[in-house]
Amino acid sequence: MPYIPHTPDDVQAMLQAIGADSIEDLFDEIPAHLKAGHGLDALPEGRGEMAVTRLMAERAEQDRFALSFLGGGAYAHHIPAAVWEIATRGEFYTAYTPYQAEASQGTLQVIYEYQTLIARLTGMDVSNASVYDGASGLAEAVLMSLRANRKSKSRKVLVPDALNPRYRSACEAIVSNQDVELVSVPFCTDAGQTLVDSLSPFEGEDYAALVISQPNYFGSLEDVDALTDWAHANGMLVIAVTNPTSLAILTPPGEWGEQGADVVVGEGQPLGVPLSSGGPYFGFMACKKKHVRQMPGRIIGRTVDMEGKQGFTLTLQAREQHIRRSKATSNICTNQGLAMTAATIYVSLLGPDGLASVAGHCHANTQKLADKLCAIDGVERAFSAPVFHEVALTLPQDADTVLARLAEKDILGGLSLAKDYSMKNAILVNSTEVHTEGDLDLFAQALKEVLA
Amino acid sequence: MSNETTLIFQHSRPGRSATAQAPKPVSEDQLSAIPASLRRKNKPGLPEVGELEVVRHYTNLSTKNFAIDKQFYPLGSCTMKYNPRGANRAAMLPGFLNRHPLAPASHSQGYLACLYELQNFLKEVTGMKGVSLAPMAGAQGEFAGVAMIRAYHEARGDDARTEILIPEAAHGTNPATAVMCGYKVREVPVGKDGDVDLEALKEACGPQTAGLMMTNPSTCGVFERQIEAISKAVHDAGGLLYYDGANLNAILGKVRPGDMGFDVIHMNLHKTFATPHGGGGPGAGPVGVSQRLLDYLPTPMAGLDEEAGDYHWIDTDTLPTSIGHLSAFMGNAGVLLRAYFYAMVLGREGMIRVGEYSTLAANYLLKRLEAIGCQAAYPERRASHEFILTFAKQAKDNHVTALDIAKRLLDYNQHAPTIYFPLLVPECFLIEPTETETKEAMDDFIDAMAKILEEANTNPETVTEAPFTQPVRRLDEVKAAKELDLVWSE
Amino acid sequence: MSEIPADLRYRDSHEWVRVEDDIAVVGISDHAQDAMGDLVFVELPEEGVVFAAGDEAGVVESVKAASDIYAPVSGEVVAVNEALEDEPELVNNEPYAGGWLFKIKMADSGELKEMLTADQYQEQIDSE
Repeated sequence: MPYIPHTPDDVQAMLQAIGADSIEDLFDEIPAHLKAGHGLDALPEGRGEMAVTRLMAERAEQDRFALSFLGGGAYAHHIPAAVWEIATRGEFYTAYTPYQAEASQGTLQVIYEYQTLIARLTGMDVSNASVYDGASGLAEAVLMSLRANRKSKSRKVLVPDALNPRYRSACEAIVSNQDVELVSVPFCTDAGQTLVDSLSPFEGEDYAALVISQPNYFGSLEDVDALTDWAHANGMLVIAVTNPTSLAILTPPGEWGEQGADVVVGEGQPLGVPLSSGGPYFGFMACKKKHVRQMPGRIIGRTVDMEGKQGFTLTLQAREQHIRRSKATSNICTNQGLAMTAATIYVSLLGPDGLASVAGHCHANTQKLADKLCAIDGVERAFSAPVFHEVALTLPQDADTVLARLAEKDILGGLSLAKDYSMKNAILVNSTEVHTEGDLDLFAQALKEVLA
Repeated sequence: MSNETTLIFQHSRPGRSATAQAPKPVSEDQLSAIPASLRRKNKPGLPEVGELEVVRHYTNLSTKNFAIDKQFYPLGSCTMKYNPRGANRAAMLPGFLNRHPLAPASHSQGYLACLYELQNFLKEVTGMKGVSLAPMAGAQGEFAGVAMIRAYHEARGDDARTEILIPEAAHGTNPATAVMCGYKVREVPVGKDGDVDLEALKEACGPQTAGLMMTNPSTCGVFERQIEAISKAVHDAGGLLYYDGANLNAILGKVRPGDMGFDVIHMNLHKTFATPHGGGGPGAGPVGVSQRLLDYLPTPMAGLDEEAGDYHWIDTDTLPTSIGHLSAFMGNAGVLLRAYFYAMVLGREGMIRVGEYSTLAANYLLKRLEAIGCQAAYPERRASHEFILTFAKQAKDNHVTALDIAKRLLDYNQHAPTIYFPLLVPECFLIEPTETETKEAMDDFIDAMAKILEEANTNPETVTEAPFTQPVRRLDEVKAAKELDLVWSE
Repeated sequence: MSEIPADLRYRDSHEWVRVEDDIAVVGISDHAQDAMGDLVFVELPEEGVVFAAGDEAGVVESVKAASDIYAPVSGEVVAVNEALEDEPELVNNEPYAGGWLFKIKMADSGELKEMLTADQYQEQIDSE
């Protein structure tokens, strides 16, 4: 019996202790006709670890490909071997939520260190222990801003069109049930940026918050100082959506404009979490101290034990669903513990200089890639704004067709902007430190052939 | 166990780093395209440490945790069963790990095949008509479920339904979810035998009822015997029935939520399908639905073109009535692969055994604990896969609370059960041994409990001041909440 | 035994009211603070807010629980106890004095008659 250790003697002894004749007797409170009628016939026979491992290894092998320049919110980075070797130690991997603090000091201290790392990267006062991912984290930030902005009675939040469209749609799906409206802010189609000028129609109106994405979906860098100051001048909170790698070299949201952003969220995946088909990732979430009671999710605090010794524990639990029930800040129960643990180890290994170096290579490689691709006839940058590590390019042909032909050559040459932005000849390409000069040349050569 | 109390930041020395891990710095020239005004002025205060220091620090921290791999972990409602190592290895195969979430279906056939088969597996085992794997945890599965109930009523123009009914013993997530979906919550009382007060439920049902959320077996650790009458009452009022899969382990292979009349369910793969809890996550909370909610399932889902034999994504362009995406990509994909591994290893017979042997273990543990003097909350009832004890007597007679007993268990190298849940039983333990623990492991727990009950009588301080053997003694939680220290500062 | 001053009025949700001319001083009872345990945070209404009797007016939090505070009478909030921001323990230590929560300028003092007397409140606690 896979993963069930009982011998026939064990079973007899247990039944005897219970005073039951058979295991079936233990289900005697369940109405009989509910139990009848199915034998799970559609399920396969069980197989051992060897057979299932082989099946999955063959499936995994099917999905291997040579070269990817896909970004769009998930990015390929080198992950030091130590990161997951340690994160999947049984003591981290098979522990539960640290409700029994004395028996969970390992997990609790890791979370406290994680909160500190995130606060320092983002330039904010406090961080939670993470939420599901960047997109759902934005939904939580939007709901949080409605509670935190005491001056506003609005249930509307301004969201730039240049925000990752997947964030927009997940956020919409989550907040719309509470009659929250996401109001679109257009972007400048020349620069690929959200300009302060485009906000003027919203001046004097009541919105709870303005979302600012740095970089935005096109990779473009926004004038975050001006946008932040505009929002604050108009009584709105600022929700920053950022890439954590970029924060090693870009101004942290806590220093945007005169007062800094109020809430910061983003996808934590670039910090040591594999692409892994989209998850498990983690959403990081940080805020100013004055808003901490409005922040959802688990939070760890440092305190002392009855002998005065340092220790860590869950705190501010009265915000959470298990205590506050229908009045909780969110229904979220988990954090993405394992991915967050990996990120803590990753950031510790890289340090401030290593992470800045990764960010620098991402930017430099993307610039180089854009130059190589734009050297091909008819390929040019779609926008004029400076970028971090992703860039939109227009092609002389239909983007979807070109990408499909590149895929036939086992090159995933970027994401089409046709569906989300009606830019049917435009693609979004990303490069990181994992690409060599040779990789970039291979891509350029393949694109040239496809377009020829 | 390690005595490591130093923070990683305190190991930091300027100029030290794990040099094998980062590329060489780029020149300022290469960054010249980024306007100076957008550049960070000071480098972030991240630790500067070598690779060995990092490995040693986090390895030492890990040893301060209890974990299933180390201890019996009978947390009620959490299903802390063995997490097969094979599942982890399979999910971390390079082909899966390096797959970009937006890779085209042509380069995702292996992955899609696993998801498609897992969807079908979960459909059969729950008796539902459709399954989406998208929700990233139980709470998000709940959200998806209630959002679908709302979408269903709205599509019919039935907009007078403003209330979700929830038994008072329910987990706090249920009411929090209902509110996130824009509903008001009405709690329904639970009777002395642990079953829902059916008359009160019938009275609460009406044209304002959008649905009822419940677990079965309930949070009281017993099977809700009136489930069909409950189902009828809610359905007659036009509401839908939501199954919280927190306790699915108890009935896996025995009774299917679909056969009990539920319209929508969520499953916790990190409980029932043995994926790791990871110190608090990630989970995965797939949802299953009956026929009438099929159109609202969250996307993306895996589809199969049977003629061509190709797998593809089902997304909002082909299912526009869907409640949409709940994450940027495809939920907690790596967790789904681990659950797929587990499902394939167990297969049909293995699934049926889960409910049987988890129930056997719980009833054994209950009877033996009663025999040493523990008080069951529902002594007349069969345990499901879990059961409740109450220590109200010890609290009154010896001033030894459920919390004290829980802390003392740690000294006996046993993880404490869930305490003070459900709220309606005073001084309670909710105990769930799971099917993967040996009889000897349960016997050790029983011995520890016998010793603690004895100590509660003869030497209560050893219980009320426990634990003594852990890295820290009891923590000052009031100080933690009043003098918030959430981020380290030098 | 918890203290229940005879000169105050009570709500079944454990708030007390002390009348000072047309002002109602509001707090939570000794019994309530004892049941909550050490308070770690008190969320108070803003001055100038107008409540109807029974409206949610604030929250008291301990480590393991959070409890809503309801306005016992209708009227405008004219003062809040700002000392509680730094010292929520005042509610534990002196629930009827330094631990008061807020003051309401009563719109209808007749509502006081609807509230429990000390004896009635004692009875309610005994029956809980």
